[in-house]
Amino acid sequence: MATTTAAAQAAHEHELLETTVDELKHLFTPRVATGETVLLNMGPQHPSTHGVLRLMVELDGEIVVTAIPDIGYLHTGIEKNMEAKTFLKALVMTDRLDYLNAVGNNLVYCLAIEKLVEVDVPPRAQALRVILSELQRIASHLVWLGTHSADIASQSVLFYCFREREKIMAIHELISGQRMMTSYFRPGGVWRDVPAGFEEAVRDFLAYLPAKLDDYETLLSNNPIWLDRTQGVGVIDGPTALAWGLTGPSLRGSGVNFDLRKSQPYSGYEQYDFNVPLAYNGDVYDRYAVRMQEFRESLKIVDQALRKLPKGPVITSNRKVAPPPRSELGHSMEAVIHHFKLWTEGFNAPKGEVYVAVESPRGELGVFLAGNGGPRPHRVHWRTPSFVNLQPLNLMSANHYVADVVGIIGSIDIVLGDVDR
Amino acid sequence: MTHTSDSVAALQTRFGEAIVRVEEFRGETTVVVARDALVEVLRFLKETPALGFSFLANLTAFDDWPDEPRFNVVYQLRELTHPTNLRLKVLVPGDDPLLPTVTGLHLNANWHERELWDMFGIKFTDHPDLRRILMPEDWQGHPLRKDYPLGYEEVQFTFNFDEINKKKPYATE
Amino acid sequence: MGLEQKLGNMGVVTTTLETAINWGRTNAMWPMLFGLACCAMEMISTVMPNNDMSRFGMELMRASPRQADLMIVAGRVSRKMAPVLRRLYDQMPDPKWVIAMGDCASCGGIFNNYAIVQGVDEVVPVDVYVAGCPPRPEALMHGVLTLHEKIKKEKLKDWA
Repeated sequence: MATTTAAAQAAHEHELLETTVDELKHLFTPRVATGETVLLNMGPQHPSTHGVLRLMVELDGEIVVTAIPDIGYLHTGIEKNMEAKTFLKALVMTDRLDYLNAVGNNLVYCLAIEKLVEVDVPPRAQALRVILSELQRIASHLVWLGTHSADIASQSVLFYCFREREKIMAIHELISGQRMMTSYFRPGGVWRDVPAGFEEAVRDFLAYLPAKLDDYETLLSNNPIWLDRTQGVGVIDGPTALAWGLTGPSLRGSGVNFDLRKSQPYSGYEQYDFNVPLAYNGDVYDRYAVRMQEFRESLKIVDQALRKLPKGPVITSNRKVAPPPRSELGHSMEAVIHHFKLWTEGFNAPKGEVYVAVESPRGELGVFLAGNGGPRPHRVHWRTPSFVNLQPLNLMSANHYVADVVGIIGSIDIVLGDVDR
Repeated sequence: MTHTSDSVAALQTRFGEAIVRVEEFRGETTVVVARDALVEVLRFLKETPALGFSFLANLTAFDDWPDEPRFNVVYQLRELTHPTNLRLKVLVPGDDPLLPTVTGLHLNANWHERELWDMFGIKFTDHPDLRRILMPEDWQGHPLRKDYPLGYEEVQFTFNFDEINKKKPYATE
Repeated sequence: MGLEQKLGNMGVVTTTLETAINWGRTNAMWPMLFGLACCAMEMISTVMPNNDMSRFGMELMRASPRQADLMIVAGRVSRKMAPVLRRLYDQMPDPKWVIAMGDCASCGGIFNNYAIVQGVDEVVPVDVYVAGCPPRPEALMHGVLTLHEKIKKEKLKDWA
């Protein structure tokens, strides 16, 4: 009984595999059919794919002929789920998209709502938003550096980077109570003012990190193993990168100077003085060099923002969008009514569409928000950088070894929550 | 006077009736284009040196069911030197959800169009590889349409704990 | 009692076979690398030096299911991923345990929709649920220690 069902099961699974290879034949070269090249499945569960990414790799010996990504293993239906919630409640879901850049997702969603509903943001809130976004950029790049170097060369860097990250998560816990998914930004500003130890914690971090970055550069940048595995690997030139819609450090590693913080500034970025690092060869090493320099530029921005941090309110005074402070609820009937309206029904957005984009650590993160006059979004589409940056993987990894594919994925810096939404 | 208004004027002179209307909302310009002229408009915007909208930032759609035409497919274009943003919108009816592919002009439209096929059921003619991208291969239905249910599972509180427990398909080995 | 007292300082300890086996199983469980989403970041933080999981013998995260005892399902399981999860669970040799880490693995979390399996216990039998979104590294360690307590109470015939 057991053997016949096992045999039947195996036959059924073989049949499923046959149909899958048949349907996907057009993606690979004809050499797969004759058996000259091998089709390898770097399946969804893999130590080096940074999440649940499935790669179907056609191999000629150890050389990659075609590498096709198969995504969707983390599809969460966030876009449809946000249509069922009010704007404020949907904010909580935005953290979980690109989970390494949770604060950036909140930021772009709040910016889109503020553009749609026409709400002003006070300058103190804008400065706090900049500080936290840049700290989140540093945290995301730390994870990138740790996992990328663990894949290619050195696992110690992984341990060091997560040690630095704990300090940033302590700052997040200080302001919002949550280590990763803060939901601290709200439409119209931020949730509440920063508590007393914030400035000191950020200053300590700013003093602490540069020496550690020097350590990592000493360990990696002139290391012969690192250079051997990253130089000349995964090359993509500037015009091709632009044609494929690449953005972020992957694009700047190929020499194209395009950073949304400089070209379409938001949240007060035009007041801060920083450079956009560029590199010109378009290989894995250059993308690494761009991100290492971005660490230091982010530290510069946080320093300037912290020094210029203006005093004032941290959320808009427009009570139709932002809740009144709890102290007012004791003596103002109007405040109670606003509070009640906001918490039961939520604020209404006019009929119309906006598109707002920010520079996430991976590239252009954009939100297309459509309102329909009601309290729920009609459509929220997330233009996520990892989804678009993953497309030229085939182009970048042709004629490389299988081991290089892992390095190339690491250098594009994808996060599967971003790809699959 | 601005690059945006120059581009819109150039489009209207060149394409006339194919430009159905131009909307301005919150400082952003949306040009609604007829379905048949879509590829030509995109080619004109990309290849005319004075206009230069060569970067497709986003390709998405939203569903206005039960109003017709149901699908509004949105192309977000950018010209990188100023930079200027321009949005193109195409209205697609629900009984004939067909559009020409733009992968010949903008390479990154490939996966965006696959996602629209998967989520909305909009078919793109001449697409090199039109199959589902986010949902499993054998999924029925197109999830982001407004007439597709959310798939909400009833929440287990204390008062209905037992009856939901009986219906939930727990795995036991 | 008995033999231990009589032998004095000869370094002998007597116990039941069950206790000895359970003690061996808890003290060097190898987790399988099954980080799916945001909870994976907190799982990695638990293994990192600040909240060291190595003191329980568990820093060695094996990617191959054949060499792992514990599957920590960290993150949201989508409907496309569920068959893969089941297949990996089946590939793990006995004895094996499952920790559902985080709200999405325990009950679907905030994502109550078409794409997410509402609780990974619809796919694999779960021993310990750890709540949180994502749970703090300390919370995950508490979950692991709870699992250790559970294993110490197991009988031999559970896995025989």
